[in-house]
Amino acid sequence: MPTVGVKRDLLFKALGRTYTDEEFDELCFEFGLELDEITSEKEIISREQGDSKASGASDIILYKIDVPANRYDLLCLEGLVRGLQVFKNKLEAPRYRRVSPVNGEPQKLIITKETAAVRPFAVAAVLRNITFTQERYDSFIELQEKLHQNICRKRSLVAIGTHDLDTISGPFTYTAKAPGDICFRPLNQTKEYTATQLMSLYKTDSHLRHYLHIIEDKPVYPVIYDSNGIVLSMPPIINGDHSKITLKTKNVFIECTATDVTKAKIVLDMMVTMFSEYCSQPFTVEEAEVVYPDGKTCVYPTLAVSVQHCFVLCPPDSESTEKIAQLLTRMCLRSRATGVGDEIEVEIPPTRSDVIHACDIMEDAAVAYGFNNITRTTPRTYTVAHQFPLNKLTELLRQDLAAAGFTEALNFALCSQEDIADKLGKKISETKAAHISNPKTAEFQVARTTLLPGLLKTIAANRKMPLPLKLFEISDVVLQDETKDVGARNSRRFCAVYYNKSPGFEVIHGLLDRTMQLLDVKSARGEGYHIQAADDPTFFPGRCAEIFVQGKSVGRLGVLHPDVINRFELTMPCSALEMDVEPFL
Amino acid sequence: ETIFPLNGSSMADTGVVEALLRRVEKVDDGVDSLEVATSLELDHQVIVGAVKSLQAVGDVISAELRSSKHWELTDEGREIAEHGSHEARVFGSIPVEGLPQSELMKLSFGKIGFSKAMSNKWIRLDKAHEGGPRIFRTVESIEDQVREKLLLLQKGNASQLEEKEKNELKKRKLLSEVTVKTYWIMKGNSFSTTVTKQETELTAEMITNGSWKEKKFKPYNFEAMGVAPDCGHLHPLMKVRTQFRQIFLEMGFTEMPTNNFIESSFWNFDSLFQPQQHPARDQHDTFFLSDPALAHDFPQDYLERVKKVHSEGGFGSQGYKYDWKIEEAKKNILRTHTTAVSARMLYKLAQQKFTPVKYFSIDRVFRNETLDATHLAEFHQIEGVVADYGLTLGDLMGVLHQFFTKLGITKLRFKPAYNPYTEPSMEVFSYHEGLKKWVEVGNSGIFRPEMLLPMGLPEDVSVIAWGLSLERPTMIKYGINNIRELVGHKVNLQMVYDSPICRLDS
Repeated sequence: MPTVGVKRDLLFKALGRTYTDEEFDELCFEFGLELDEITSEKEIISREQGDSKASGASDIILYKIDVPANRYDLLCLEGLVRGLQVFKNKLEAPRYRRVSPVNGEPQKLIITKETAAVRPFAVAAVLRNITFTQERYDSFIELQEKLHQNICRKRSLVAIGTHDLDTISGPFTYTAKAPGDICFRPLNQTKEYTATQLMSLYKTDSHLRHYLHIIEDKPVYPVIYDSNGIVLSMPPIINGDHSKITLKTKNVFIECTATDVTKAKIVLDMMVTMFSEYCSQPFTVEEAEVVYPDGKTCVYPTLAVSVQHCFVLCPPDSESTEKIAQLLTRMCLRSRATGVGDEIEVEIPPTRSDVIHACDIMEDAAVAYGFNNITRTTPRTYTVAHQFPLNKLTELLRQDLAAAGFTEALNFALCSQEDIADKLGKKISETKAAHISNPKTAEFQVARTTLLPGLLKTIAANRKMPLPLKLFEISDVVLQDETKDVGARNSRRFCAVYYNKSPGFEVIHGLLDRTMQLLDVKSARGEGYHIQAADDPTFFPGRCAEIFVQGKSVGRLGVLHPDVINRFELTMPCSALEMDVEPFL
Repeated sequence: ETIFPLNGSSMADTGVVEALLRRVEKVDDGVDSLEVATSLELDHQVIVGAVKSLQAVGDVISAELRSSKHWELTDEGREIAEHGSHEARVFGSIPVEGLPQSELMKLSFGKIGFSKAMSNKWIRLDKAHEGGPRIFRTVESIEDQVREKLLLLQKGNASQLEEKEKNELKKRKLLSEVTVKTYWIMKGNSFSTTVTKQETELTAEMITNGSWKEKKFKPYNFEAMGVAPDCGHLHPLMKVRTQFRQIFLEMGFTEMPTNNFIESSFWNFDSLFQPQQHPARDQHDTFFLSDPALAHDFPQDYLERVKKVHSEGGFGSQGYKYDWKIEEAKKNILRTHTTAVSARMLYKLAQQKFTPVKYFSIDRVFRNETLDATHLAEFHQIEGVVADYGLTLGDLMGVLHQFFTKLGITKLRFKPAYNPYTEPSMEVFSYHEGLKKWVEVGNSGIFRPEMLLPMGLPEDVSVIAWGLSLERPTMIKYGINNIRELVGHKVNLQMVYDSPICRLDS
């Protein structure tokens, strides 16, 4: 969930009133936001870098507000204020208009076919006669950053470039070139670099180094030129210094390059809808033409308003269709009852890209009505409950195993290869283990194939406890299984260990006998259960037996091999039992 | 011989106890323990022991502790009471023919005894005797009054001496005045002059021969702790799981088969209308598998419908409009939520004639997250799902209210939230009386049509669902701050041994 930091007093000024922290928190809650933290720049620096660095930093109060991940229209102060003011009926939701330039042709961005190899899409627009202040400028930069981190998926899907239009002249060309052939002075640098040099320069840049991988190993890098060969930007890495925005900038050229054109259109719409507020003609955006390699021309920004006719299927507390339309209008969705049954006509503005289905509209009606004002009802759904048989058996067995004097442990399903193989004296290839491709540490290399290592680690972590230690666990292991759609299955196991000054094989054997008694299996070869000597490197030679039920092997028990005991950092003899539970269903 | 057991290890002689009781029997208004000791010619401490042992067996006597002033012989005084005063011993050591002074001075009592005997005029010194100064008796016999007075005092008959005499002895450091603690002993409510032996335990023999009826038993010390039973224990997290399971079953929910930790991205994400670029599908958040890396065998028609709703829309939706790839859907992962199983169950449900269902599950899910005191790479998700015709947001809130009431949580409120596969989505908050604020206790919502309709569920069926973690309520219930003490091998077994039974609603 993205977090937006806004200056409290600036926010209250824009909202036209002040709130106590509690009142504002309540407003957020109602609207689906969360006032996550109340802080200041000084406090943040002091927390992250120490008090000494914080001296002199601003102590203006900041609100950190959590915004739902699909509400890109709330990622800046402008959008938050607009949303809340409309919600509180203090403002009518604006209609955003795309306009042609007053004189002359629209700005053109020509895409060449070379971009197809790296970043094929681009959209563009112009904000005309905009007035920046320091705060507006900061918010403009911050919104780009928020969009980059969220919908743009760290610039991989979309990258935004904003330019002072009066420093450059169209038509603009979006092309892709070999890195050695691109040369320009990047933002905030004093000399020119080739793209190759830039990539190595930014290797150590704490911010930009995260984006290098997007194009690093491509044969060509994307680049945008003006008609005089001035580089506007090398997306998605850096803009040129030449066209950079200042507080004095009056006309802004915005380009978004992308691998996902749908998202590029949304991002461009967000930028222009949020900041056209500061244009001399508020909420108007000057169009730009984008010419594709195939000659096709598109006009942007889309600023599409889709009109949906939907039926109010289950209004909160049976509110009238007219009332629902009013509620929706408070959520920036201008609506009216058409008079045809329960139909309403809803205008979905370009800011609400999250609305893709009638259910999204109905949710907004419920939010505006207030979730907590809705009457709670009880569905009449009549059903009879069933337990999952394997879980039912597990629950019953656990109770009786505890009654037999063993204590239940609960270990992780993920572990290291070493735990399930080397430490038990086995080869990993014999384990049928499922392997994880992206573990952050060795603790998460594989899904466990046996419960024994977990129990031995539990003993090792509890060596100070009085002896004997008698532990059990009934849980799932994971084994590769080609017959399953995912190529693996869970297998429910029962494992128990006895750790004391003497091995206590008879104790573990007794627990097996008791378990079989609980499962109503008699001690007998053939129809019942029996154990017979087996070889297993995990166990001490001659001290291991295989458990057979109706002639089928279900597990093993025995005295652990001293090497196994040592590898788990234990010092006493230990006997163990592990068997499948599923054959007893 | 009967033995009187005491609370401590010492034992009082039954004879003393009985003698004491006989003394007490004769007096109505009580007797002083020191007086008893004197009259029985016993050390006072012996009587104190007898008093204490009688107190331990109940209300035989009542004894009130008192303190009084009392004359006591010093070490020198006791020596004199035994052997006589120094002057008397000097007199006794002189034969009729006399004794050279030098010989007398060699005796321990010689020097002090000589001057005192001289002033008593019991002896005389012949300085001019040939062979050196010599001492002779001047009287036939003497009366050793000092010793007699001391003996009187020793026997407790201090009252027979005058104050002046006692002070004189005190001045000679033969006597000192001390404070003595004594008991004033009176008959108790169950006074008796006979005492019986107390048994420590009831034995099989006593039960067989009926002798328990005549015996008295030593009282137990109920302040001490008992012996811990030798037993096994269930894990606290599993105890809480059992309770949640019970709650769902009470509410008529059927348990889903969640024994499949490895899931395809298709069922974990795509079927839930979670787009392929969603951050949750990042390497940073999800465990992917290298072996087995890919899933196969998807229901083909359904897969096509899922692909379409993502990439082009449909079922009343605009979709996400991106290039949906089967390669992404095939990637195997460790499931990030049990909702993957709910999706499989709802798909299965859609393949038959629809009947309303209520499902639940409590099982492990996995996140490739940064670990801290409250987050692990795996945790248990609790999930409830209801599918029926025309379920509303009010129904969801109603069911949640019933569910949380069973957990002892009655104050609920709901916050709008975002979740890719539910619309509306609501975070569930409950008022925490201890923290005096609203805390998030779960997530809930109505599954999106883009998820349900491609499965083939009827259009007028809605599915409400909610989820929460098992660990969080358990940590609150058992007051555990670090999740590692609860889950995994670093568990504190003592905590497991000591944890009480789980009653969520109390």
